[in-house]
This record gives sequence, structure tokens and C-alpha cells, in this order.
Amino acid sequence: MKKTTTVLKGKLWIALLLVLSLMISACSPTKEAEVKSATGNEPYKIGAVLDISGNSSSLGVPERDTLLMMVEKLNASGGIKGHPIDLTIMDNKSDETEGVLAVKTLIEKGTLAILGASSSGTSMAMIKTVQSEKVPMISMAAASSIVEPTSERQWVYKTAQSDIVMISKIISYLKKNNLNKIAFLYMNNSYGDNGKKAITAAVKDSGINIVAEEKFDANDKDMTPQLTKVKTSGAQVAIVWAIPPSASILTKNFKDVGLAIPLIHSHGVGNQKFIELAQGAADGVILPIGKLSVARQIPDNDPQKKVLESYIADYSKKYNAEPNSFGGYAWDAFNLLVNALEKAGPDRVAIRDELEKTQGFVGISGVFNMTSQDHNGLKEDSAVLVQVEQGKWKLIE
Amino acid sequence: MGEQLLQLLFTGLTLGSIYSIIALTLVTTFNVTGILNLAQGEFVVIGALLAVSLQGTGMPMIAVFIVSVILVAILGGLLERLTINRARGASSLSMLIITIGLSISLRGLALLIWGTDTYSLPAFSKGGSLLMGGAALNPQSIWIFALVAVTLAGLYGFFEHTFWGKVVKASVYNQTGARLQGINLNTISFLAFVAAGGLGAAAGVSIGPITMVTYDMGFMLGVKGFVAAAIGGLSNVGGAVIGGILLGILESFSSGLISSGLKDAISMIILLGVLLFRPQGIIGAIRERKI
Repeated sequence: MKKTTTVLKGKLWIALLLVLSLMISACSPTKEAEVKSATGNEPYKIGAVLDISGNSSSLGVPERDTLLMMVEKLNASGGIKGHPIDLTIMDNKSDETEGVLAVKTLIEKGTLAILGASSSGTSMAMIKTVQSEKVPMISMAAASSIVEPTSERQWVYKTAQSDIVMISKIISYLKKNNLNKIAFLYMNNSYGDNGKKAITAAVKDSGINIVAEEKFDANDKDMTPQLTKVKTSGAQVAIVWAIPPSASILTKNFKDVGLAIPLIHSHGVGNQKFIELAQGAADGVILPIGKLSVARQIPDNDPQKKVLESYIADYSKKYNAEPNSFGGYAWDAFNLLVNALEKAGPDRVAIRDELEKTQGFVGISGVFNMTSQDHNGLKEDSAVLVQVEQGKWKLIE
Repeated sequence: MGEQLLQLLFTGLTLGSIYSIIALTLVTTFNVTGILNLAQGEFVVIGALLAVSLQGTGMPMIAVFIVSVILVAILGGLLERLTINRARGASSLSMLIITIGLSISLRGLALLIWGTDTYSLPAFSKGGSLLMGGAALNPQSIWIFALVAVTLAGLYGFFEHTFWGKVVKASVYNQTGARLQGINLNTISFLAFVAAGGLGAAAGVSIGPITMVTYDMGFMLGVKGFVAAAIGGLSNVGGAVIGGILLGILESFSSGLISSGLKDAISMIILLGVLLFRPQGIIGAIRERKI
């Protein structure tokens, strides 16, 4: 008898543990912004799917913080024509499947529009669902294929500068410095693949040759093998399309193997975390980036200067930290949507139409001019080239 | 070309040293308790994350290392008492599932405490990489090799030359016989998990400067460690180390000479091959063991 009770007790413990572990793994940190309707008006339900945990968390976390801040501010000032915003933020754990599930949950809840996701892969995964359910979506990721071709992406918009915008910035730098043999290293995911597609198209007939092309995985711990190939290829410059932590590890390895050529990164490393994780190896790295990181260095007559400074002030007051370009993508996505909601009201079709009509919207990532052919709306002037100098971004043009 | 091969060899050794140390901890627990502890990767991560926090308080690195090892050793013992010990007598499969549960819970705990950020740890010794014959070697990998060597020597000394080592071996060969001799299997399983925790943390703090630390990196580390251990025959301590180094070198050469996209595929193919054709491991003739 006693034996059976111990066995039972043992089993109970295991069951309890399994249930607990399932609970911990299943409940993503979903946060709902508090909804208070002073006027008693029906709240507008919107959703966000972000890469809050997992590989791209360095993107998703500042985006979540920015959205929470914006909703709080907007609702405190009376919402949209008296309607408060009811924002549900979901974590896709940097995973495509989780992202699609989250989108479906949000659509079932009757959200008017969806913001997200943070990275290109998770954004691409959501497109099919929002297209067939006819729900407006504003992605915060880079790959231009998220919004192209627009004939198959009527419901999809995005705020991050497309990779092609950034690549043309880099190409003009290469031309100016007479660098025509390049090594291209990229992450083995859709961010990296899209960067590769964009650069392959951009160097065509430009006299610039890709002499080495190497890829690596998002969770690789050492990129020295790829870099040794670059070393023997005779490249004059290395261009890397990746996000931290792998981008930081690569930068460290780059210094370790003693490569002396310039290292150009993509805007995917546009946060302080990249510099921190590279532990000093990031100095000298050049990258195209939105103006936010160098807001204090851009001239006063820049149309974005005011918006940038107010975002920096709000964010640092609330979180005691400087915002980065990823938070900026969220700022843009949220305000583009609020703009559209103001004109359209709670109607998905009308919101989509208003998004497409956006003209001259001054945001954090640039001045947006959407058309039926361009669902990003940003041009080359939205980016600047910066260089890392003693752990800080410095404008170099 | 020669320079490139040497560089790939160094990279392979660095990766290999990481896989070896994890394989070593897996094999130790497996030898002593017959349990394949799938939460081993999480011990590594928690050790490294604790080190990140401790290091933030301004402690010297050596103290950080010791405190983190002690804390995770306690955690290992605690978890054994709370879970494995209560399921005493359950089948190997149940034990395996318990360790999966432990692994998910620990990952959740790490997520709650440290969040999703990636952290870095400072290297043990200052200075850049060592240049040899035109190729660079990361000095941290020498530290990891030292840890592997010390652990190997320690395990060998313990199992072959101490009374308690013999007790543990006896209880692994024949549980009933050992119990009849008055050996307390409970204590041995407890000590095995304490050791697994401590070794895991030591591995975590040592590899952190190379790999960076995120709450969810334990799984992939565990898988690579498992592949390395399987190459070595799963119960062979020396085999685990050789397996890890072989795996690291294969990965480095395949990504450097063939294609970088193939790296993970190659380690999985090796695992499948070993499990299908030589489940006793590819290194040496290994004794049959009953579980």
C-alpha cells in the first residue's frame, strides 16, 4: 500500500512538472495595453505580432516598448476621435509558424489591422493569411519582397527601408572609393537571401564583381571558415547582410583572422547591442542606417529632425535608454495606422485604402510616400552612411 | 591554401572543444545514472547567464566562475531531489521525458529572469588571437581545452583510484548487487546531478566568450553535445571528447571547403550514420552495458 502511494506521489509530481513546463512554454508573454475609455466610445482593436523572444529579439523588444509607449500616450490624450486603441501584442518567438498562429488569433478577435512582424522571415510567413482574410498589415522588416509585387500584396505595407534602398546607398559608396571586388556574406534566412538578391541585381553591369559569396546560420558560433575564403578571394571590401548576435560574432572573427579590408554591414545591425556584443571589434564598421541613430548629427533643416528628437525624448524619458531604428519602425507603423484610422474609421478596406494614399508622412525612418506600386514609400534619402567610432555611430557624409 | 587549411583546423578545434565539454557532461551523468539528461544544455546556459549577472556586480572572473559553478551544482542537486529521485524505478523513457520537462522549465525560467537579450562574457585572458603560421587561434579555446583536460583527468582519477569511484561503477554495472552491498543509489544519483550542474556551468562560463549567451541556446548545444557523445559511444568519456573534436573539425572543413550551408546537415547525417551502423560508437570497442 505504502509503495503504491509513493509511486502515485511520484507520478503526480511528474504530471505537475510537465503541466508547469507546458504552461511556461505555451504562454507567450502577451501583453494587452490597458484600455480606458473616458468617453465611453467603442475601442479600436489592433494587433501586433513581434519577434519578442528568440533569435530576432533584439528587434522585437524595442518595437514592443515603443508600441506600448505610443498607445499609452494616444489613449491618455483621448484616442482617435474619442475611440481608445485596444492593442494586443503577441510574441511569435522569432518563429514563422508561431507567427501565423498569432495572426489567426488576432483576426479571430476582430482586430482592424496587424502591425509586424519584426524580421523578414516572420513577416513573409504572415502575408498569405492577411491577404486571404483581407486584413491590413504593416511589417517592420527590411526585405523588399514583403511588399512586392504589390499586385499580390494589396494588404501589406512596411516601414523599414527596403534592402534595395540600403544597397544603392552602399553601391554609391563603393563607386566613390573605387572598390570593385566585393565579398558578400549573408545570413541563411530570408533577410540574408533578400540582401543577396538585391545586391546581385544592383551590381549587374556596374563594373563591380562579387568575388566571394558565403552564408552562415543565425545561430552559428564561428564564421572563421567563411572569412578564410574571403581572405583568399582577393576582395577589396566585405559586405555583410545579417543581424546580431551572428553579425557581432562575424565582426569579432573578422578582426581575429586579421582581414584588413573595409567591413560594411547592413542596417540590420543598427542597434547598440551589435557594438556591445562585438566587444570592441565593431570600430571601423560602415553601414547604411536610418537617421535616428545619428539624429543629433544631422543638419537642423532636415525634415525629420523634429520628429526624431521628440521620439528620442519620449522614449528615453520612459525607458531610460536611447531608442534604436527598430523602435523607429514601430513608431512609423503605429502612426501610419493611426493616420489611416483617423480618416477611415473602423473599416479594414477603408484603412487599407488610406494607407495606400499616405503622402509626405514624416516618420522616424524617412518621409513616406506610398503609391499603389510602392508599399514602402521610402527613397534613398531616408538613409545615411555611418561608421562606428569608439563604440558610437558617426555620420560620414 | 595551407594557411586556409590551418585556419579551418583551428576553427574546428575551437568548435570541437565546445562540443567536447558538453558531451563530457552528458556522458558522465549517463554513465552514473543511466539517464540521458536532455536538460544538460540548460545547465550550461544557466551557468553562463549567472556568470553574466555576477560579472555585472564587478566580481573578478575567477570568483564569478567558482560561484556560478557552485550555484548550478546546487540547482542540479535540487532538481534531482525534486524530480528524478521521486520517479525512482520509472523506465528510462519516463526519465528521458522528465529531463525534457526539466529542460523546457529551465529555459522558461531563464527567459523570465534574463529575458531575450544576447549577452557577452569577457574572455579569461586578455589580448587578441594567437597567430600561428598565418592562422589565428582564439585563446579562449585553449582555456576550454584545459577545462576538458582537467575534467577528464578528474573523472579518470575518481573512477579508477577512489573508493567512491568504484562504488559508483559498481552501482552502474549491477544495481541490485550494489544495493545488497549497502550502497545507497539515491546518493549516487544525487551526486551525479550535482556534478552535471557544476560541470555544465563550468562549460557555460568557458564557452560564453566565444558563443555569446542567450536563454535559448541550450537546445542546439545539447544536440551537438549529444552527437559528439554518440560518436564516442555514449558511455565512453574519452570517446566523447574525441567525438566532439571530430565533429568540430568536420563542420569547419565542410563549411570552409564545400559549402557553409551544409554544416548542420553534416552533423545530423553523422549522427544518423553512427546510430544506424555503429550504435556502440565509432571509437574503439566499447563494453556492452545494460540499462
